[in-house]
Amino acid sequence: MSGTHAHTVAFVRDTMLPEQAPPASEVGPVGWVRHNLFSGWLNSALTLVSLGVIYYVLSGVLPWVFQSVWNADSLSECREIMRESWGDTHGHACWGVIKERWNQLLFGFYPSGAIEGTSDLRWRPILALVLLMGALSPILFSDRVSSKMLILTAAYPFIMPFLMWGGTIWGPLTAAIGFVIGFFIIKKGALALGELVSMIIGVVAAVVWWFLLAPYVADGLSAILPIGLEPVQSRQFGGFMLAILLGVVAIGVSLPIGVVLALGRQSDLIVVKYLCVGFIEFIRGVPLITLLFVASLLLNVFLPPNTNFDIILRVMIMMTLFSAAYMAEVIRGGLAALPRGQYEGADSLGLNYWQAQRLIIMPQALKISIPGIVSTFIGIFKDTTLVSIIGLFDVIGLASAIRADTAWNGVYWELFAFIAALFFVVCFSMSRYSMYLERKLQTGHR
Amino acid sequence: MSTLTDPPKEQFRLSMLLYDTRYRSATIQVVAMFGFMLLAAWLINNAIINLNTLGKPVAFGFLGETAGYDINQRLLDYSNQDSHMRAAFLGLLNTLVIAVLGCIAATIIGVVVGVLRLSSNWLVARIMTVYVEMFRNVPVLLWIVLIFAIVTESTPHPKVYKGLDTGAVVVTNRGTYLPEPLFSRSLGDIHLFGNSSLRFDVSIDLIAILIVLGLSIFAAMKIRQRADSIQEATGDRPRTWHTRAAVLILPIAALLLALGFHLGYAELKGFNFKGGTHLRNSLLALWLALSLYTAAFIAEIVRAGILAISKGQTEAAAALGLRPNKTMNLVVLPQALRVIIPPLISNYLNLTKNSSLAIAVGYMDITGTLGGITMNQTGRELECVLMLMLVYLAISLSISAVMNWYNEAVKLKER
Amino acid sequence: MKNKVILGALTIAGLAAGAAAAGTLDDVKARGKLNCGVTTGLVGFAAPNANGEWEGFDVAVCRAVAAAVLGDSTAVEFVPTTGKTRFTALASGEIDMLARNTTWTFSRDVDLKFEFVGVNYYDGQGFMVPKELGVSSAKELDGATVCIQTGTTTELNLADFFRSNNISYEPVPIETNAEAQQQYLAGACDVYTTDASGLAATRATFDDPSAHVLLPEIISKEPLGPLVRHGDHEWGDVVRWSLNALVAAEELGVTSANIGEMAAGTENPEINRLLGTEGTLGEMLGLSADWAKNAIGAGGNYGEVFAKNIGEDTPIGLARGLNAQWTEGGLLYAPPFR
Repeated sequence: MSGTHAHTVAFVRDTMLPEQAPPASEVGPVGWVRHNLFSGWLNSALTLVSLGVIYYVLSGVLPWVFQSVWNADSLSECREIMRESWGDTHGHACWGVIKERWNQLLFGFYPSGAIEGTSDLRWRPILALVLLMGALSPILFSDRVSSKMLILTAAYPFIMPFLMWGGTIWGPLTAAIGFVIGFFIIKKGALALGELVSMIIGVVAAVVWWFLLAPYVADGLSAILPIGLEPVQSRQFGGFMLAILLGVVAIGVSLPIGVVLALGRQSDLIVVKYLCVGFIEFIRGVPLITLLFVASLLLNVFLPPNTNFDIILRVMIMMTLFSAAYMAEVIRGGLAALPRGQYEGADSLGLNYWQAQRLIIMPQALKISIPGIVSTFIGIFKDTTLVSIIGLFDVIGLASAIRADTAWNGVYWELFAFIAALFFVVCFSMSRYSMYLERKLQTGHR
Repeated sequence: MSTLTDPPKEQFRLSMLLYDTRYRSATIQVVAMFGFMLLAAWLINNAIINLNTLGKPVAFGFLGETAGYDINQRLLDYSNQDSHMRAAFLGLLNTLVIAVLGCIAATIIGVVVGVLRLSSNWLVARIMTVYVEMFRNVPVLLWIVLIFAIVTESTPHPKVYKGLDTGAVVVTNRGTYLPEPLFSRSLGDIHLFGNSSLRFDVSIDLIAILIVLGLSIFAAMKIRQRADSIQEATGDRPRTWHTRAAVLILPIAALLLALGFHLGYAELKGFNFKGGTHLRNSLLALWLALSLYTAAFIAEIVRAGILAISKGQTEAAAALGLRPNKTMNLVVLPQALRVIIPPLISNYLNLTKNSSLAIAVGYMDITGTLGGITMNQTGRELECVLMLMLVYLAISLSISAVMNWYNEAVKLKER
Repeated sequence: MKNKVILGALTIAGLAAGAAAAGTLDDVKARGKLNCGVTTGLVGFAAPNANGEWEGFDVAVCRAVAAAVLGDSTAVEFVPTTGKTRFTALASGEIDMLARNTTWTFSRDVDLKFEFVGVNYYDGQGFMVPKELGVSSAKELDGATVCIQTGTTTELNLADFFRSNNISYEPVPIETNAEAQQQYLAGACDVYTTDASGLAATRATFDDPSAHVLLPEIISKEPLGPLVRHGDHEWGDVVRWSLNALVAAEELGVTSANIGEMAAGTENPEINRLLGTEGTLGEMLGLSADWAKNAIGAGGNYGEVFAKNIGEDTPIGLARGLNAQWTEGGLLYAPPFR
């Protein structure tokens, strides 16, 4: 059709025009600005308002941050320097407090060698943190890290307390042996005795080992071979390190509890189900601060007379219970997201309940739950600041203690800015990671 | 004789409790129940022994003693001569106030921010992202403390207003004063619960206004229904908006006139403003901090909810000839809400629980009264913490109940 | 039925454990450390320095007791406590003594079952106002907004004061000194009230201290002192007399500078009894003979501790006032060492 016309209609062009550059207003920076910032009167107005807001905030914050005093040993010294340099004391930060106390804000009272007769032990929490990254890497970046690293993951629950609290190495080692004994009996006994019996025997054997034998074995071994690190009291933990420690312990310990609670909640056994539901709903229904009140004021009341945990341990227990309830809900979400076919497939293979859970359901459900677990961790991690209300020296508690020093009484914004920056960096990177993971999981399922 | 015809009964052995699936679940449940009861008995027993040693047996008599401290922000009358129970009750009301105000503000801010994050304006979308990330990644306790300081620093001292005409709304660094509704020919109050610590005054004026409003709305609805039925029958819709407006406005206006309704403004007297409705800075800061913090989470939920509706839905609605606002109301919103509402309500729950951090700014909620000064003063930790937990549990469970009811209502009806 | 039997068994076990508790003094000696409860931070009274060592007026009491019992003033674990947790920590045995600005009141002594062993600081609740407000008496504060650093007695005293003077006020209760101070400086309250020592300490660190005045009214008596659990009298005696030793040492002129020479023996028999060269006071307490020498050597006598931490030469600059020796018109009066 076009062919016939081509012969008859002379003014139809038979060669293509060379492509022309688009108008300058549509491409490049100008075009981008027109499209993204000034595409209509409403957008233009919004852009102008936004620019105003940005200018207002930055013009207040930037001079405060950068026209500031670093070299000062007290607030009054800071003020003198400010008067000399800028004529007034307002609108300038006094970062001297951070310079003097950053170590305390990060590590609390963990021995830093500053007091005579003590040595610098700060390498231990740092090493524990590095090892934590190593232990998590095979789970978080399973596609890039060799699964041999899982050995470190399994050993980490024993390495971490040893590094943090110090003491003899035989304590954590004998505790680990308890798990090995239990596991061995369950594994080997399953064929000879049947699964259930071997499981009961394994658990009983491990408990007997832990409570009756292990203390003596550990004492004996440490008398013969006193290998260990200098002990550190949990009272000396503090600062940002305490927040990380509380968060990691709470999430780590609550993971298995959360799995059990989630399975219990979905169970057909009425009693088990309602016990789990009751626990989860109770913990999720009350604010963390009331649970911390329980830790600081009441936990001793509910334990046999004269048992005395130190407060950090009590807080760890309550934080673990708290996060277990949230963890249970996250894992329940993971279980619910699994297609029904997975359960049916497991049944059709003739697997029993625990085999199905262990081999088919849980690996997938946990994988789906990882973003949820990460955001629970971020939540718990932020909530650790509440321990300052019951008098523990986390970053916020330390900020108050630092202000009780005559030199720094009256310092306000600098400490909070520093603390906010610490939390932001850690939580932001974790939430980015969790988003990356979510995207990865999403493509895997479509 | 009949035993012969029955199939031979399997003899019950003890091991069947473990190995026979018919009995195993019962065994597990009995063991679980027994274990739970044992644990509970152990804890309670320990508590009884310990409390007896301390000489503090569980008793709630302290609630009737004189509290002795003052509460600044309060809904009902209270003096420091009232009982601890009264103080706790006012604290509870304060908790509910901040929870309700916070949820409303958080929803509004959250929806606006969530929509703006999807804006085609690059700058606005980025600013909203910065806001969301900043608030989500810093502990709420820090935000509360910081915003309290910012609110105080950025508002003027009352003496600034000296000699000036202050107008209806006064913003000072002690709080904001709004006009208060006054009735010169008031009908008085109903005093509920007599003189007890739960006494509660309800204004008859308010009841009258609510009744008249309710009746007006009912009448307006009736008029509209009648118009609908006429339209169905004849195809013509009578114009009713003016009668409906009149039905809505005239009775309430007449009532307000009869009651002598006027607004009371705050006036500077001595150190502070007097009169008006005084919202303390502690309330404002807590309200702002909790709603900004929660709104950051709500914004993400709203964004996810909007993104979850596939474009095909909107296009299909357009193909059916629905106008854009009908598309929004009938197609997009119902589906988006199904995604948005459950996490939204769990954020309401979080906001309510986070309101317990009010002690950081001195807002006297239930944690500040019952779990704070009362507990400090009487030394009744067990009783106070127990009551505190029960109160929060009751609030949380009521919110959860609403959530479950809603989830049932909007659940996809699958066949 | 079975449940009941187990419950009974647990009860018996629990009671047995309760009865087996040893005396605190023996516990402390066996542990080799004194667990001393302090505040989470109060300017001049207790605060950790940059190295993490605790310093302050209350801290010095802990160190003196540790030195008296264990001969080592650094053998102290400082346990920070809040207004809420302090009594629980003491009652549950988590700490051996509480040296935290705690007011000695009837109900704490009798109802909460603690034993105040003495007073190390006589304080009282006062008011601070900006000078430009032109207020010279607390009675002119009708309708003022008052920032309160909440303890327990602070709010109650304030309510009582305003009620008895029949004037009104608007309370702004705030948990921590930092927030209260920030609010006061920002002008969100007209008045700041807490213990007078705290007001002085706070004012000392203001940008312009001269712009603020302390009002003359002291509306309450706040005798602050260390306390121990009811019932353990031996331990109570140890803490009480360690504190008294510091006070007596100042009266008798024993200082950390001359203690070495005085411990060799002096003309004054009371000094000799105090420092253990005469008599058996240490033995009676169940401590070594040089217990008081150690306690005084830890940080000096009462006057030295005061001057070092909160005295007029420190930024806080508190005058001795009520806390002077009885011989100089104050209230400090140590019973005789005999």
